[in-house]
Amino acid sequence: MTIKQLSIFIENKSGTLINVLDLLSKAGIQIIASTIADTKDYGIYRILCDNPAQAYIILKESGINVQLSDVIALSIDDAPGRAAAAIKQISDAGVSILYLYSFLWKSKGVLVFRTDQSEKAKETIMLNKMNFLTEEDFR
Amino acid sequence: MDDKSPYLHPQYETLSREELNKLQLERLQATVKHCMNSAFYKARFEEAGLKPEDIKSLDDIRKIPFTTKQDLRETYPFGMASVPLRQCVRLHSSSGTTGNPTVILHTQKDLDEWANAIARCLWMVGLRPDDVFQNSSGYGMFTGGLGFQYGAERLGALTVPAAAGNSLRQIKFIKDFGTTAIHAVPSYVTRLYEVMQETGVDPRKDTKLKVLAIGAEPHSEEQRKRIEQMLGVKAYNSFGMSEMCGPGVAFECQEQNGLHFWEDYYIVEIVDPETLEPVPDGEIGELVLTTLNREAMPLLRYRTRDLTRVLGRTCPCGRNHVRLDRMRGRSDDMMVLRGVNIFPIQIEKILMQFKELANNYLITLTTDDDNDNMTVEVELEELFTDDFQRLLALEKDIKRRLKDEILLTPHVKLVPKGTLPVSEGKAVRVIDKRKVYQ
Ligand SMILES: [Zn+2]
Repeated sequence: MTIKQLSIFIENKSGTLINVLDLLSKAGIQIIASTIADTKDYGIYRILCDNPAQAYIILKESGINVQLSDVIALSIDDAPGRAAAAIKQISDAGVSILYLYSFLWKSKGVLVFRTDQSEKAKETIMLNKMNFLTEEDFR
Repeated sequence: MDDKSPYLHPQYETLSREELNKLQLERLQATVKHCMNSAFYKARFEEAGLKPEDIKSLDDIRKIPFTTKQDLRETYPFGMASVPLRQCVRLHSSSGTTGNPTVILHTQKDLDEWANAIARCLWMVGLRPDDVFQNSSGYGMFTGGLGFQYGAERLGALTVPAAAGNSLRQIKFIKDFGTTAIHAVPSYVTRLYEVMQETGVDPRKDTKLKVLAIGAEPHSEEQRKRIEQMLGVKAYNSFGMSEMCGPGVAFECQEQNGLHFWEDYYIVEIVDPETLEPVPDGEIGELVLTTLNREAMPLLRYRTRDLTRVLGRTCPCGRNHVRLDRMRGRSDDMMVLRGVNIFPIQIEKILMQFKELANNYLITLTTDDDNDNMTVEVELEELFTDDFQRLLALEKDIKRRLKDEILLTPHVKLVPKGTLPVSEGKAVRVIDKRKVYQ
């Protein structure tokens, strides 16, 4: 149920993002969605792409601090209140969310989140018959 | 000398402080006079408006300008000699990472005195002519090779120039020749022990080893203890530097309470590296040495850049030659922040304890709102999480451990691998951007 996301440790400096994006585009890797979270000094750049395993190797070999993290991507109808409802179901089940972001993809909403309680999250998703995406969906 | 005597040179080793000082003044005056044969020192004295006759007491040494490594480089190769080259019989050179190497010249008398000094050190830690001394140190230009070779021979020990490397052969020699003493760098001793273990040799049962002379590499008291336990021997610290011949400058006695610097050979000063004023006994400062019986190339007030402190001027062993602590680092590297002396090595030691961190780090000193601050940037080895909380927790943990070590709380900044500058050769570890108040 989880999919692989690239997490990249970056400096808060111009140019560092370009370097990562350059490496990926040269390898023909398509970015589906990306988001940056940062503090004063550094940030973590999170990327969903069509080939995370290959992207990981490319970045790693270029000496970049990168990790493959397991996240869950839920597909929801692009309508008001749907995202809020999904998040409520998950948090009501007692699953704590480390971070969350969303984007539009093929006219559906995608809600991506990371939790340390993935078993519990999976149960909740199955019980509530929520739609989740797999890596296949992004290829 | 009678084997039972604890001293090889009792006439020098057991001098009282007064006698030592008297001898030192005589030798200093003679050395200064002799230095006027060197183009370098002649010019130095003229510049300073100083004459050899102005040195009337030991305190007058402070009138003499310091000699630095840079001076040795600039006078490379023979510009500092105080005798014609014809009288020199040996040259040792140490390669520098930057600029010219340095050269030290020796007359036959210099080599004899050097051998005497090392023989004295080895006798002090219990070696006698019955001993078999294996010198597992590099030979060639490295002074630990020939220095110990001649010194151990002078003492009368059967001396094996095993040189460094080939551990299996070293162990075979130790067993076959009944080696009782070894000179080596501490890391090589550890290596020898590992090979002994791999080949089923028990140093306590299968060898006659009893004494180790270790030096040339900084090592902690813990490392010495470990070596002593591994091999079932006594390990003594040896101090030397190529500019002062090499080994034989100072050595630990059997009390193992600091290094006795031979004051009939050297005048020892400990000065504040910033002000160059003497520091009181017990306080850390830079070691400055003046040679007292060198012919070919005497050095006056040579700034060694090594940091240490005086531990005492008497010793239960009966020698009154000053005892110094093991070297604490290099004065070039010392930072003074809010009145606290800090060495990069202290910070490095802490950072290396975190497996999450890479080897590269950078210390930056800044003045913010009239306060001096330190920022330690360190590269992350692996991104082990994508959770900010855990990165922040790591930073906090590093900060806390650094504070315990340096007594100040630095800013700690994790940076991605490969972002800190890497320089050719020696890495730049400290950048000082502080405002200097006049
Ligand atoms: Zn002693």
